[in-house]
Amino acid sequence: MTVAKTVLTVDDSRTMRDMLRLALSEAGYRVVQAVDGVHGLEVLQGEAPDVIVTDINMPRMDGFGFIEGVRRSGLHRATPILVLTTESDAEKKSRARQAGATGWIVKPFNAAKLVDALRRVAA
Amino acid sequence: MFDTTHSVHAMARRELINFRIGPQEFCVDIMAVREIRGWTPTTPLPHAPAFIRGVVNLRGAVLPVVDLGVRLGLPPSEPTERHAIIVAQVGRQVIGLLVDAVSDILTVGDEAIQPPPDVASERVRAFVRGLLAIEGRLVSLVSLDHVLPAQELDAA
Amino acid sequence: MDPMAAIRDTFFQECEEQLGALETGLLTMEGGDCDPETVNGVFRAVHSVKGGAGAFGLDALVRFAHVFETALDDVRAGRLAPDGRVLGVMLRAADALADLVRVSRDGGATDAERDRLLVEDLKALSGSPQPQAPQPDAVASGSADGGDMDGFAFQPLRFELDAPPAPAEQNWTVRFRPEAGLYAKANEAAVLLRELGRLGSALVTLDASALPSFPDLHPEGAYLSWTIDLATAQPESAIREVFEFVEGDCELDIAPAAGQPPGDTGGIGDIDLAALIQQSQATMAAAPVAPGVGAPRAAEPAPDTGIPNPGRASRPADAATAPASKATIRVDLDRVDGLIDLVGELVINQAMLAQRVSEAGLPRSSNVALGLGDLEQLTREIQDSVMAIRAQPVKSVFQRMPRLVREVSAMTGKPVRLLTEGEGTEVDKTVIEHLADPLTHMIRNAIDHGLERPEDRAAAGKPADGTVRLAARHRSGRIVIEVSDDGGGINRARVRASAVAKGLIAPDAVLSDEETDNLIFLPGFSTAETVSDISGRGVGMDVVKRSIQALGGRIAIASRPGQGSTFTMSLPLTLAVLDGMVVSAGGQTLVTPLTAIIETLQPRTGDVHSLGSGATVIAIRGTFIPLVDVGVALGYRAEPLDPARGITLLIENEGCARAALLVDAIQGQRQVVIKSLEANYRRVPGVAAATILGDGRVALILDVDAIVAASRSAAGQAPEFTPAAGFAHV
Repeated sequence: MTVAKTVLTVDDSRTMRDMLRLALSEAGYRVVQAVDGVHGLEVLQGEAPDVIVTDINMPRMDGFGFIEGVRRSGLHRATPILVLTTESDAEKKSRARQAGATGWIVKPFNAAKLVDALRRVAA
Repeated sequence: MFDTTHSVHAMARRELINFRIGPQEFCVDIMAVREIRGWTPTTPLPHAPAFIRGVVNLRGAVLPVVDLGVRLGLPPSEPTERHAIIVAQVGRQVIGLLVDAVSDILTVGDEAIQPPPDVASERVRAFVRGLLAIEGRLVSLVSLDHVLPAQELDAA
Repeated sequence: MDPMAAIRDTFFQECEEQLGALETGLLTMEGGDCDPETVNGVFRAVHSVKGGAGAFGLDALVRFAHVFETALDDVRAGRLAPDGRVLGVMLRAADALADLVRVSRDGGATDAERDRLLVEDLKALSGSPQPQAPQPDAVASGSADGGDMDGFAFQPLRFELDAPPAPAEQNWTVRFRPEAGLYAKANEAAVLLRELGRLGSALVTLDASALPSFPDLHPEGAYLSWTIDLATAQPESAIREVFEFVEGDCELDIAPAAGQPPGDTGGIGDIDLAALIQQSQATMAAAPVAPGVGAPRAAEPAPDTGIPNPGRASRPADAATAPASKATIRVDLDRVDGLIDLVGELVINQAMLAQRVSEAGLPRSSNVALGLGDLEQLTREIQDSVMAIRAQPVKSVFQRMPRLVREVSAMTGKPVRLLTEGEGTEVDKTVIEHLADPLTHMIRNAIDHGLERPEDRAAAGKPADGTVRLAARHRSGRIVIEVSDDGGGINRARVRASAVAKGLIAPDAVLSDEETDNLIFLPGFSTAETVSDISGRGVGMDVVKRSIQALGGRIAIASRPGQGSTFTMSLPLTLAVLDGMVVSAGGQTLVTPLTAIIETLQPRTGDVHSLGSGATVIAIRGTFIPLVDVGVALGYRAEPLDPARGITLLIENEGCARAALLVDAIQGQRQVVIKSLEANYRRVPGVAAATILGDGRVALILDVDAIVAASRSAAGQAPEFTPAAGFAHV
């Protein structure tokens, strides 16, 4: 077993953060968390996650802004970003993809679905 | 939470705190006992039942002290510095039990505990969960669950 | 604790916060401020509730939140103007959502018919039929097949894992040519190929023919393509799903293969990922990519995944500028409570030490005494600072009131405007928890009894909407909360008649306006001619007053006919400490809350009169006031103290029941730390709480009201006093 992969989760909901942490740490990931887009970018100054999972609707900076911010950055623009969204409609997905999202997870998700999606984007 | 193994391999053995009130011997499960202290004067509570001696300060918490003898139907104690207060956890509450003296820790198997006889009074049956014969002495195992009066009596 | 149960608790806590934010936001919008951030905040609140509810399978909650969210999305997108009607529906929807949350947490049922009508109203707002709420699992069905094998599929095995009977294996040819956009989104061809390999066995062929010569090589271009011969028992949808995230960013062709199954070719059965990546890398090794150089994204740059990304492994040394996050921390309340308890101990210990020093006879000017003075000051400051940690704005209680006002307004048919002020005023959490009930009752009362009916208001030349004002502020170390209405004021003639009819006052009692107004605080008093649903049965202002006094607070009323009434309550900022007067009675040391005491008097023998049946009164400046011997009342002694040998504490009960307490002696004033008797024992009549004094012993804090009330009933039906005190002895 190699060093655990790190996942950064960005979500303003404490409930979702707790669920993500539980599911991901049980799957053997190291989990770092941020509460919104601005915080997410701050965390990225000191962390180099293997995958980022972000919500869309957040205060201060939403998921679209956060993804664009990551893609603009020098260091993390090649980091896969999965968007967590309850929206299954094409518009949100397409906006997220335009911003540079790698893939998406439709809420509500279960641990298997989450880990599956992570595996599908993480080298 | 995680490390409870030490209580697991005790299985059928249990440890009991053995104490005396007047000529009679009693014991309680050591798991319920937090500490044993010397007697300190209590602050009496108004309109309290006779078995409530009052309250004392235990490191900042206010603790009721029960005269266990009175509760069990024995005459009231005249506490001196030689008396002891057994600090016990009952449910979510911590209470003090005034006894004459704590004498021993008994280690017994469950099989050594006999049910109280049917002829026992209602009060004995309310508080005495079992009887033990220890070196020819009769020791009553006291259940603390109902030592304090029911909470809901004046909850309204 | 089961981690999911803990998260469920978190979810419901968060729901409470979101519901508060929702209502506040809607009310802000109703006030005309439809700032996009406000609207977004409102949307997010509902969205967040829906998201969490989905995770816990709370389908009813998800369905309702979804309809609500759809309407809010229309507002957010400018398709729906948030006028009064729309916000009215949304406020009611917020209330219904709160009920659904509560029912999801505690069980029970909501008003299904109301919920159904609200759903219709919400849908009508959007003006078009809404899509069905996503069923928690239906939305994910697309990925369900692919996920089934997760637990097993790390090695691409082609046999026995499929449920018997195994579907027949089929051969596919997949042609895959990524475009630059695929890499720009951090998808990786190698990962996709690996995922494809998990479906069965694959033969992968790399086509690097499009790779330009070195000078023409764009560092972030996409030049490679692959052809995969795949043998799998999975359906085509499973293959497509592998490429779900890169649809539109690649050329993809999936077709049944014409040839033999790859297994039969004797060639590569499984994908050797390491070899594959090596192959890619070898091909690309010539490309001089400098990650972090940061070509502008506008020019479609893309880090090619063929290149290992050094950024993954390295830590950035410098920090770009980012707004500083708000410097707050979330602390477990138990820790704060623990700290407050410890500081309480410190205060007690400091007091004990001071007492010992004083007993030791050290002069006040000695270094020890001076140092102790400093310690006392410091201890106080620590205590204040620590208490401030637990202080919270009254907003959490105030924000429950708009809903109440809406409900009572609907029930009474009286339109009401609620104004709140000072909701940022902070008070200890222990007090906040006790505010909701009295406030609820006072506001109900203000609407139900205070405000006139619309037609009466019109007749009086007032605006049809009644106004109820809820205000909080700090005043001399206490919090003062006012509930006022612009209604008709107290109908004193009716109050008086009612009090006489109920035998609460003598028919000929002479009462000032203020005294008349205060009659409404008497137990059992109610002026409502019909018992209404709103103010409830058997719960009168006397109960409000009792509960406020139990917190060490006071309540007063000021009323002007035709203009309305104002109820003012003042409460201590904390229930953790109390300013008390330490007294002795019947050989016991007791603490009387200082707020209850108006003055202390040395009674003279001639002032005290026995009325028989155990009741005693004392004449103070011409008024007879009931005298209660505290030692007797608490059962500490059987025989009353000779009043001439004791001290009386004149007790104020907000004007409606003054009394005098007789004690043996006064020891002094002191701030004491309040300790619960109920934690380890139970409530004791006549005792509000306990504290620990400087000598380490427990002293009881008197519940002054209860003692006075009990001594009255003990004395039986008390006789009429002088008219001035006539109403005071109920």
